[in-house]
Amino acid sequence: MREMIVSELSQALHELARAFAHYLPRLIVMLILAFVGWAIAYVVKVVLRSILRLIKFDKLSENAGASQLLIKASLPSATEVLSRFVFWVAWLGFILLGVSVLGILGLQEQIARFFLFLPRLFVAMFILFFGLLAASFFSRAVLLAAVNANMPSPRVLSLAVRSIIVVFVFSIVFEELGVAEQTMLVAFGIAFGALMFGLAIAFGIGGRDLAQRFLEEKFVRRKNEENEDELSPL
Amino acid sequence: MEDETFLTDDFLRQLINVGEVDLLVGLPTYNNAKTIGSIVGTIRSGILRDFPRERAVIINADGGSRDGTPGLVTGISIDDLRPTANLNALRTLHSISTTYTNGTGSGVALRTILAAAELLRAKACIVMSPESAKIEPEWISRLLRPIFRDGFDLVLPTYRRHKFDGLLMTNLLYPMVRALYGLRIREPYVTEFGFSNRLGSQFLAQNGWHNGNGGVGLELRFTLAAISGRYRISQSFLGEKEHTERRAADLVPTLRQTVGALFSALESDFPIWSTVAGSKQVPTTGPEQELLEGPMRVNRKRLREMFSTGVAELESVFQAILSPSTVGELQRIARLGEEEFRYSEELWVKTLYEFAAAYQRSVINRDHIIQALAPLFRGRVFTFLMENRNASANEIENNIESLCLEFERLKPYLLQMWKSRE
Repeated sequence: MREMIVSELSQALHELARAFAHYLPRLIVMLILAFVGWAIAYVVKVVLRSILRLIKFDKLSENAGASQLLIKASLPSATEVLSRFVFWVAWLGFILLGVSVLGILGLQEQIARFFLFLPRLFVAMFILFFGLLAASFFSRAVLLAAVNANMPSPRVLSLAVRSIIVVFVFSIVFEELGVAEQTMLVAFGIAFGALMFGLAIAFGIGGRDLAQRFLEEKFVRRKNEENEDELSPL
Repeated sequence: MEDETFLTDDFLRQLINVGEVDLLVGLPTYNNAKTIGSIVGTIRSGILRDFPRERAVIINADGGSRDGTPGLVTGISIDDLRPTANLNALRTLHSISTTYTNGTGSGVALRTILAAAELLRAKACIVMSPESAKIEPEWISRLLRPIFRDGFDLVLPTYRRHKFDGLLMTNLLYPMVRALYGLRIREPYVTEFGFSNRLGSQFLAQNGWHNGNGGVGLELRFTLAAISGRYRISQSFLGEKEHTERRAADLVPTLRQTVGALFSALESDFPIWSTVAGSKQVPTTGPEQELLEGPMRVNRKRLREMFSTGVAELESVFQAILSPSTVGELQRIARLGEEEFRYSEELWVKTLYEFAAAYQRSVINRDHIIQALAPLFRGRVFTFLMENRNASANEIENNIESLCLEFERLKPYLLQMWKSRE
């Protein structure tokens, strides 16, 4: 009996030692991968930060309106945020690669999903950044054109253009990320439909006089103005 | 000679048939059938009268007119002129035309004329506006002679104008070009000018035709290129400039062609203008400028309203372009009543210099910077009109001189902003 217990125990210990011996190299590989990953991620961060500074990414981000959002959230500059983000994603990628070497069942599937998700995350960020940039550019273009054409309420027009573009961009971003696709689609449809419906009512009923004045100014007064002003800049 | 490749085969054939010439007159056109006939007639009269022994050609670069403009240019023969003008040609005066369909109007047209001038080895060339129905035959000689006989490289016109005509020229282009480049050129942006073969060839080779900006504001860039290249420049008084009525909506495209081109040139010309102090006279034949008095319909109220609306609505844009003190001062004057309103010379000059520095730094899209200037220019025009409504031609001339000196005085302010960025 005693011998049996000792034998079982020694076998269990033997199994444990064997399993440990089996996992130890993998653990070391994981640690090495994590360390190498940290070094690579750090280099990538430094290089990316230099490139972003060189191409004046902060100014682009300022134009896009992203800098204002970062300041409000007490975050560092766009260059810093993006380079830190890339650092963490790269390092996390290496750590997960190391974990996958351990061969833990179930975890591998999750890790594979994470790596599959990464391209979508980057595409979503790309769309978000350039979408905000486009919103800022077009809203400013509308504002300037409206002011120079002496149109009423230029800022409202500009804000409307910005809002439409931003809503559109966010709907694409959420779709890309796969977050509540259906909900976002429906929400976008409702919001956009409501906006158009509201505008139609506002112009059709509430702003009838305004619309009339606007059209008169646009098409009737133009002729008078042409005769009114003889100034030639050149 | 790379530039001859963009010319059509047919046009090249026509140029070869013409052979070398002494004088070349360039006519960029686009749907100018109403005026072009009399202009070509006047040009021919001018050449036959003052340069009967020289080989001359009229080159028409047309942007695809649908009203038969090219046909009118090439259709007029010398015989049409003889009965009235008593002119005798000793040489054949050629008129050839080419139509371009690629690119923007004036840029391609001028490039075509410059390339033709280089190929034909024309000694003296002029470009004439297709809209100036009031031109006289003497204008041709006044633009050609300083180049052909006196060795100048660029001849710019001066005109007789209404005192409130060309306010962008008198309030911005003339004083700013004068302060920065050091030459008192009254009309730096021109549609009628003369140039030598060497200046034309140099500009043809150096201008960035392919960088997307090659065709915008060429008329001003040509002048600035001549100044930067230290070519010999003179001015000739031509006569009365035909008044062109423009709609308020035309201001922004005009600003793009002029102020945009100037701001853009400042970047590459920094080593030149940064070392210039004060300004020098340019040799001028005839008066530098003649001002006409008389009534002119101007909606002053609308000008001021558009200024005030612009300052209020574009606050965020101005905050990106201008210093806080300038924005504050603009907001202060925007609230003033019509009688108290005054956009002072100092504030106007500071505004422009800050715009130029912002353009260089590209604080926002460069075209947006130019567009944002439009309401402010209207404010300055309002002040100029109010201050000079009863002023004589001499008094206006003094006020323009005072503005020029303000531009020169504040030049270190621009330099300081420019260098702090570099």
